Amino acid sequence: MTSGFFDLAMQNILSPVVLFFVLGVGAALARSDLSIPEAIAKTLALYLMMSIGFKGGVEVAKTGLTAQMVRTAAAGIALSFAIPVVGFYLLRAISRLPAVDAAAVAAHYGSISIVTFVAATEALRGQGLPFEGHLVAVAAVMETPAILSALVLARRHAPSAADTREPIGPLLREIGLNGSVVMLLGSFAIGWITGPKGLEPVAPFLVDLFRGVLCLFLLDMGLVAGRGMRAGWKDLSAATLGFGIAMPILGALLAAALVPLTGLSAGGAAIFVTLAASASYIAVPAAMRIALPEARPSIYLTLSLGITFPFNLAIGIPLYQALAGFAVR
Amino acid sequence: MVDMHPKKRVEIVMEAPALHRLTDALDKAGVTGYTIVSALAGRGLSGAWSREGLAGDAGRMVIVICIVDAARADAVIAGVHKLLARQIGVVTMSDVQVIRADHF
Repeated sequence: MTSGFFDLAMQNILSPVVLFFVLGVGAALARSDLSIPEAIAKTLALYLMMSIGFKGGVEVAKTGLTAQMVRTAAAGIALSFAIPVVGFYLLRAISRLPAVDAAAVAAHYGSISIVTFVAATEALRGQGLPFEGHLVAVAAVMETPAILSALVLARRHAPSAADTREPIGPLLREIGLNGSVVMLLGSFAIGWITGPKGLEPVAPFLVDLFRGVLCLFLLDMGLVAGRGMRAGWKDLSAATLGFGIAMPILGALLAAALVPLTGLSAGGAAIFVTLAASASYIAVPAAMRIALPEARPSIYLTLSLGITFPFNLAIGIPLYQALAGFAVR
Repeated sequence: MVDMHPKKRVEIVMEAPALHRLTDALDKAGVTGYTIVSALAGRGLSGAWSREGLAGDAGRMVIVICIVDAARADAVIAGVHKLLARQIGVVTMSDVQVIRADHF
């Protein structure tokens, strides 16, 4: 078991995807002028959403809508509501972070990182381990509930900071219609409607280029994470840094407990557990700037992108795969 | 010599996620037009920021520029302040001269 996990971890760490991320972090920390223009970064992100959405939809076209899909989505929504509550009280217990910062951080951990999802699917593909295509849709429905939980926590524990006079309805609509979510779910629907025949003519673009584009995007994420680490390091205490490692593991354990209810395969369970362990980096930070403007981005972005994302990418993904293996037995 | 007319120029450096809320508020305040410019990079009380490499809106800054009549300037600034008081950003107002007074 230990050597199996070690092999998986080494295989993961030495993959091009992880190494390009490391290159980005190293270049940013060394103050290299290497950078990806904003418009290219957005295009790469849209391409990734389009590709994984479409491929997920094609998989669902083969199996049809199943009870397993509904059960997994329900479990994902429940986790997205619950994880911020656990994260908030844990962070308040171990650190001196103000409630508004703790609530904003908690929202990030309840939501998901689609790039971590992609990295996990690539790791499984490398091992030839299949997983359920509908998990793309599960990822999409796990984006938003965490924000609601975090806002309730903030309004209860930091009423003055949370009083932005910002109605929740329009905010949730904006998050739900966030460009990346629309692209992901839209491509999923198109893949579902058109099926394997629809994928065939676009496969050279959506499938063959995928890994190369992913490497370029991970290089960019490494650059942004490295810049965030350089700027935000001073705002993080040892306890807060520890939270960035402990919270994804805690989220993974909660998800693993729900895996038997979903009926997912070993590969699907690994993805599901990874989703619960991941922390948002695109949708939630923007939502927090509107809903909780007094929460410091230097804390939640540095934790999510600078600590948890690299941890998940290098060690978390094989760890969650091993954990999911236990959960499906 | 072309006749010039005094007006107020309001310049708002702000976080991109709040942009639509601001433009909605400007529309409601009767501002006749504005220009939005994407900011490249900078540094302020909340630290350094750069738009390079960002796939999402958080961390991205924009500049909104509008010209308003002096009679309406205070109301516009009050609306902007109400909306952005707790956001990262800078709001300035300066005296300018325009050629076509009826446009603002």
